Amino acid sequence: MPVKFIDEYRNSELAKKLSYRIAMRSTKPIRLMEFCGGHTHTILRYGIRQLVPKTVEMRSGPGCPVCVTATADLDKAIALAHLPDVIIATFGDMIRVPGSYSSLQQAKAGGADVRIVYSTIDAIEIARANPDKSIIFIGIGFETTAPTIAASILRTMQEGIGNFYVLSLAKLCPPVMKALLDSGEVKIDGIICPGHVSVIIGSRPYEFIPRDYRVACVISGFEPLDILLCIDKLVAQIEKGEPKVEIAYSRGVKPEGNVKARQLMDEVFEIGEANWRGIGVVPESGLKIRKEYEQFDADKVFSVSLKPPKEPKGCRCGDMIRGAATPLECKLFRVTCTPERPVGPCMVSSEGVCSAYYQYETIGGDLQDF
Amino acid sequence: MCLAVPVKIVSIHGDEAETEIAGVRRRVSIVFTPEAKVGDYVLLHTGYAIGIVDEAEAKETLKLLEEMASLTP
Repeated sequence: MPVKFIDEYRNSELAKKLSYRIAMRSTKPIRLMEFCGGHTHTILRYGIRQLVPKTVEMRSGPGCPVCVTATADLDKAIALAHLPDVIIATFGDMIRVPGSYSSLQQAKAGGADVRIVYSTIDAIEIARANPDKSIIFIGIGFETTAPTIAASILRTMQEGIGNFYVLSLAKLCPPVMKALLDSGEVKIDGIICPGHVSVIIGSRPYEFIPRDYRVACVISGFEPLDILLCIDKLVAQIEKGEPKVEIAYSRGVKPEGNVKARQLMDEVFEIGEANWRGIGVVPESGLKIRKEYEQFDADKVFSVSLKPPKEPKGCRCGDMIRGAATPLECKLFRVTCTPERPVGPCMVSSEGVCSAYYQYETIGGDLQDF
Repeated sequence: MCLAVPVKIVSIHGDEAETEIAGVRRRVSIVFTPEAKVGDYVLLHTGYAIGIVDEAEAKETLKLLEEMASLTP
């Protein structure tokens, strides 16, 4: 059954014509970064790397919340799981990511109560059904997900549920884009900006990027034609030497974003530093629970002692996250690191770049898939 | 993780809505889209509608894509 607003953006005939148009317009060699892991997946799945001309190089960025969670923060989540009468509620991909000494999955196998949830609403239901336990939700996510975490805290407060807590690891995209551009490690000419983050924040928070760094920015949807439209616009901006912020996903993104969602997010969270895997501590790139809501803050309510974190030997997830390498340059990729036995988070997460390369790179994507 | 899919609202119950996609029904929170109406498509992310799909803009984009393709030999 065709799905409205999805299938009409998967037309392979149009895609071929668009890719030809991009090839005609592109004269200078350029490098584009798709920030979002969802875009990485579409690009690899539909063979868009092969569809664009040789002048256009594609790199993946840090847009995978599971991947960018620092090992030290994951270790904390695992330590919390071992506390008595605690139930950990987490989005699925987190459970298999190796921490320094263990994973949430291993903790669960060892007797800890770790449950996968699809939504913060499910975590609240677990809290309601288990009044004598403490439920800690592992709050990873970007601006897309952060409002849903805020809403869960507000709802818990409203309904007088006293056993629901959040370990806030939520992160913000524009500040980490700034950190990557400031480092200068990977030269980028244009950014495919995240679509669903932008549904919430709008297009304005990216305006410093063309202004201060002369880097083109186009917000994209998640179907193959969306991505090709976005690349067409980026190439046009770069060829003209006129970088700016454009929206190529206007059915979902307004310049002002979703004001209501941001109000709820601002009510519960304040901006603070965050620790990003592969990048380090980035100022003003994280969301901390405000003092008014500290009764829900797992960081304030529970205390755990942690050993110093250690990274998996040979794992290059940090390089992948910064766009400094592709999985084909990692010696562990497909050898000792596979989806069955992942060494790092980029192979675990369905949005991770290593996972996408593992699934699609050998077949090079397939236009027939449209 | 920032995955969101367009689902159609079939009924509204306070700050929740009954939605449908490809025959599958699901109740979702509309706390971020209080202006959503029955018949609207919303972007569903982890149980919450994070935005309303703009049908006019969706048509415009398709028209633009067709035009771009028709200008290509």
